[in-house]
Amino acid sequence: MVDEGTRKTLSNIQLLKTKAGPRDKELWVERLKEEYQSLIKYVQNNKEQDNDWFRLDSNKEGTRWFGKCWYIHDLLKYEFDVEFGIPVTYPSTAPEIALPELDGKTAKMYRGGKICLSDHFKPLWARNVPKFGIGHAMALGLGPWLAVEIPDLIAKGVITYKEKTG
Amino acid sequence: MNTVKELQAKLKELEEKLTAATQKNMRQKIETMSSEVVDSNPYSRLMALKRMGIVNNYERIRDFTVAVVGVGGVGSVTAEMLTRCGIGRLILFDYDKVELANMNRLFFQPHQSGLSKVEAAAETLRNINPDVDIHTYNYNITTVDNFDHFTKVLTTSSLTGGPLDLVLSCVDNFEARFTINMACNEFNLTWFESGVSENAVSGHIQYICPGETACFACAPPLIVASNIDEKTLKRDGVCAASLPTTMGIVAGFLVQNTLKYLLQFGQVTNYLGYNALTDYFPTMTLKPNPGCDDSNCRLRQKEYALKPKPEVAVEAKEDEKPIHEGNEWGISLVSESVEDSEPKVVEGIKLAYTLPGQSSIEECKEATTSNDISLEELMAQMKSI
Repeated sequence: MVDEGTRKTLSNIQLLKTKAGPRDKELWVERLKEEYQSLIKYVQNNKEQDNDWFRLDSNKEGTRWFGKCWYIHDLLKYEFDVEFGIPVTYPSTAPEIALPELDGKTAKMYRGGKICLSDHFKPLWARNVPKFGIGHAMALGLGPWLAVEIPDLIAKGVITYKEKTG
Repeated sequence: MNTVKELQAKLKELEEKLTAATQKNMRQKIETMSSEVVDSNPYSRLMALKRMGIVNNYERIRDFTVAVVGVGGVGSVTAEMLTRCGIGRLILFDYDKVELANMNRLFFQPHQSGLSKVEAAAETLRNINPDVDIHTYNYNITTVDNFDHFTKVLTTSSLTGGPLDLVLSCVDNFEARFTINMACNEFNLTWFESGVSENAVSGHIQYICPGETACFACAPPLIVASNIDEKTLKRDGVCAASLPTTMGIVAGFLVQNTLKYLLQFGQVTNYLGYNALTDYFPTMTLKPNPGCDDSNCRLRQKEYALKPKPEVAVEAKEDEKPIHEGNEWGISLVSESVEDSEPKVVEGIKLAYTLPGQSSIEECKEATTSNDISLEELMAQMKSI
């Protein structure tokens, strides 16, 4: 079920221990710390391996996450805003990652710019509750989605390269 | 040239005319359901169910409050059926808007595009049957901010101010189903799960009474085997297909069992599947999983075990028979994943996926250990990368 590529991606991300959702008060803080530690390590690893592709940040409660992800295509960097909420059923169900600015530009999205995940993602997530966290959702959900959809959207002329202004 | 003021006045006048015109066509509320057979009685054919001995007391339908969560292809038709049946109070949840892409399904009309689904639905439904008290909530139930309100509505909005009589899940995603499951286990509410597959050619309904039947978290979701090889299923360029037929059929099953449950006639089916390609309708009963992940489900199971059971006519002998005669539907339960807690499914139904035993991913790094570092420090560390 888990192929080599996935295995390699997974081996990069620390697993989590605490099974707690945003309604669980103190335990949620514990879980949130694990999420942050896992994410920090994952981003640092990505940087070391010259494969830095996202930044994330959350509100104080850790229930809303936002940031940026980018994808390099033909040496050009395409950047998108990422956002998602932590559902009350987390971590039994994965967060639904959204790229709002692409909403309506591709059929591989649900309302609000939520990315359409592969058939394999949800079973994989379900088998690994509560060990999978936000980092895994990014790596196994958003990563593969960008790799398939962005080149296609560029080829179709739906998205074009924007010179960085900031 | 008209001034803005003149145009505003004109607009107001037209709006008033429109309201007056719509109200003229609206029928008056009916105090009590009559079984008189006259052309002007919207309830005569329903009340005839009493005369024919199908339902003992049809007018009790007015005492019930039902929530429809998700007012899409299945939910909107479900809401319309319940409205036409004269349900007492109907509570609608959805956060989506009507779009032209919805027009391959029933109920909504092109001119409603852009309106919120709950608003558009409520307007149509009030017109169909003004006796039904319709409440609408336009928000996403899965978010932390909305969940508490959602559960408050479910537990306090019946016609007597108590918990609802039944919750109907007509949502199109796993997260929302899980949210409803969580709420219903916590507050001990009976509900029906319903669904149509993303390829539009199968569907199901499932009766979930916390503690008595399997909850949505007791096992991986049960789906109808479509007999289509996953590899030949083309998913290019779309997330989901849909048909008004499959959705209408599933809504029909859902409301049929809702009526049977509320008005106590016939038998409520625990799980009813529909395979559109072969017109096959598997049914089965599912016991709750004693090791369910949801602690409230386990609590309800304990409560149920202590309750005196009503005497039921002998019917439980299905377990003795071999479960599968053949394997026409391609059920594949991988041996290593079959545990005692895993439900036995009948022919034509399969688990959406199998769950492994304990500690499955040895290929990953060990779990993070939270040491003395504070959350604030971690957040700052994340920002500074």
